[in-house]
Amino acid sequence: MITQVANRETFLPELVNQCRKQGKGKREGCAYGLKDLRDAAAEYVLGSKFPTTKDEEWRFTDISPLLEIPLQVPELTHEPNLGLSSLTLPVSSKDSLPLRVVFVNGYYAPQLSTMEASLLPTLAMEFFAGNLSNAPGNYHARIRELLNQKQQYNDVFTALNIAGLADAAVVYVPKNQQIETPIHLLFITMPGETPILAQPHCLIVAESGSSVTVVEDFAVIGNVATFTNAVTQIWLGENAAVNHIRLQREGREAIHVGKSAIAQSRDSRYTCNAINVGGKISRHNLEVFQTGEQTETVLNGLTMIAGEQLSDTHSAVNLSKPHGTTNQLHKCIVADKAHAVFNGKVFVPQAAQLTNAAQLNRNLLLSPKSRVDTKPQLEITADNVKCSHGATVSQLDAEEVFYLQSRGLNENDSRNLLINAFAAEIINKLPIPSLRETLYSVVKQMER
Amino acid sequence: MIVENSPVILSVRDLRAKVDGNEILKGLNLEMRAGEIHAIMGPNGSGKSTFSKVLAGHPAYEVTGGEVIFQGQNLLEMEPEERSRNGVFLAFQYPLEIPGVSNLDFLRVAYNSHQKSKGLEELDAFDFQDLVEQKLEVVKMNPSFLTRSVNEGFSGGEKKRNEILQMALLEPKLAILDETDSGLDIDALKIVANGVNQLANAENTMLVITHYQRLLDYIIPDYVHVMEGGRIVTTGTKELALELEARGYDWVTEEKATEVVR
Ligand SMILES: Nc1ncnc2c1ncn2[C@@H]1O[C@H](COP(=O)(O)OP(=O)(O)OP(=O)(O)O)[C@@H](O)[C@H]1O
Ligand SMILES: [Mg+2]
Repeated sequence: MITQVANRETFLPELVNQCRKQGKGKREGCAYGLKDLRDAAAEYVLGSKFPTTKDEEWRFTDISPLLEIPLQVPELTHEPNLGLSSLTLPVSSKDSLPLRVVFVNGYYAPQLSTMEASLLPTLAMEFFAGNLSNAPGNYHARIRELLNQKQQYNDVFTALNIAGLADAAVVYVPKNQQIETPIHLLFITMPGETPILAQPHCLIVAESGSSVTVVEDFAVIGNVATFTNAVTQIWLGENAAVNHIRLQREGREAIHVGKSAIAQSRDSRYTCNAINVGGKISRHNLEVFQTGEQTETVLNGLTMIAGEQLSDTHSAVNLSKPHGTTNQLHKCIVADKAHAVFNGKVFVPQAAQLTNAAQLNRNLLLSPKSRVDTKPQLEITADNVKCSHGATVSQLDAEEVFYLQSRGLNENDSRNLLINAFAAEIINKLPIPSLRETLYSVVKQMER
Repeated sequence: MIVENSPVILSVRDLRAKVDGNEILKGLNLEMRAGEIHAIMGPNGSGKSTFSKVLAGHPAYEVTGGEVIFQGQNLLEMEPEERSRNGVFLAFQYPLEIPGVSNLDFLRVAYNSHQKSKGLEELDAFDFQDLVEQKLEVVKMNPSFLTRSVNEGFSGGEKKRNEILQMALLEPKLAILDETDSGLDIDALKIVANGVNQLANAENTMLVITHYQRLLDYIIPDYVHVMEGGRIVTTGTKELALELEARGYDWVTEEKATEVVR
């Protein structure tokens, strides 16, 4: 009991200390003013408490198992010794995702990445996908500016990530460039002797009129306890389009907390397809800020969990100007004793007139012990708004199962077909065939 | 068509069944031979759909007595999918919508489950497409229905035609059509009836449940049964349907009652 309390008190300061030691003497990031950012974030963490289920934002998600893991902030591994095939799910085939940027334990792994210019004859020269230290000089000022925008931390994990920020994945799409090939950002957590805290950070800049598809992919090597604390920031310039696929498929012992923060300028279009299938405990915080008129936000989510997994999605869409739209569909398939949590906030203030906000959360429970907690939270003060929201929790429909059986399918195949159909609504929105296949194979494992 | 000594396909004897603790079927008898078309009529709630669901093996219906022999085998011991693969087909009174499952995929897995159980070759998407396009002609359905989700957003008539399309693909030995004509306009009715007539042959048998004599102008039954209170209370020829249409069901029930008193 006493150690538990002590842990809760010392856990965050201990990790901040480790981050500080790692950061010492490092010159990476000078160009971006990272040191000041890190220091400010560290202060925030030291002034914060470790969240408990008494905090409204963590009501259904008990993150305290994290306290029991003796975490180490990892050193840079120069030549991480791993084949990508050792991932728990197959990496998408090369033909569909030829542009891969790999990070291991939060550090860039150039030898695992395939980003050679020779592969990219169709890409614009000025386009960049890689890491912060190697970003072309002419982007430094802009990245620095974006990174140092007044940070309003609203959670301790985002601040903890930035307190240890040394390098980051960067995708930079210059003005009016249409990048057709999806960019695969693979964040691998690979524990050594001890469990580790991996804190990948990702920056995506789509300048005005540009478009890009980015797949963020989080995986863990080995079925061991780890903590991945990821932060992704995305900026869309005027009339830019970003299709963001976020795949969290860490191992069943992993704890994952991730933040996606998106800022959208006027006329921009942002789509998020967030897929959560891994982790013992996972939490995705998705925050979208519409800062201009006629911005469009589409949020699709699919969580498929079994065993004793807990997966929590908290989203918040902030409309602020007229003619904005947001359309959210979040689906969960929950088997065994797993537990899904969804909290979806949509803010439509007075200034956001003539907007359109729709949110739907649909949950499919596959076992009597599976559980879901869902809370749509719409705060609307504008008066000229079209708004809809809803949440459903259901089991497989026995009449539908019987209908399929009456046509010759056995019970198991009938159930699988229906589960597949439930997931397909989201999976079919993914523009990458090999990713769809990988996910359909996950669906198959939902019922054994 | 009545053929003397043609093989019995379905034999139901003293069938009793419950749902939610209420006995609905109370000693039902019926025999159907290859080549025959039977019609069942009867007032609302008399147990017609219950009978069809029991034959198809719906788990909510508990059989409490009697027997059902289908082609010499005990039908009641089979799982719903085995019944289907062995040749029982129920066209549902209210076909279900299954969002997210494409009609084409559904038809193909159903067809292939039958092929597999017969030890026949399963068809790939390409070959199946050819087959299903031929079958579409039976019900004059537009191929665009194949790419939509099963029955989702289909009109009443389209759903019923989709049932007959499934029947055309699965070629059952015993087809039960539960009010396939209800809610159809005359053109749709003709299409459905025409489809059924194309599929009826000397090897199979059809059980047509209906409230309307009109259907029986297009699908000519060999026998017309009247169901009442969970039993078949009288059996006649197609003229009986005309009489029922003209006089309602009460006289049948009354005659039965007087019979019992005598
Ligand atoms: N799943 C069920 N649960 C409870 N009662 C049921 C169920 N299915 C049928 N019943 C009851 O059984 C009786 C017979 O219903 P059934 O649907 O078989 O009648 P029907 O002859 O098909 O009527 P209709 O002509 O209206 O289609 C009715 O009283 C009905 O309410
Ligand atoms: Mg009925």
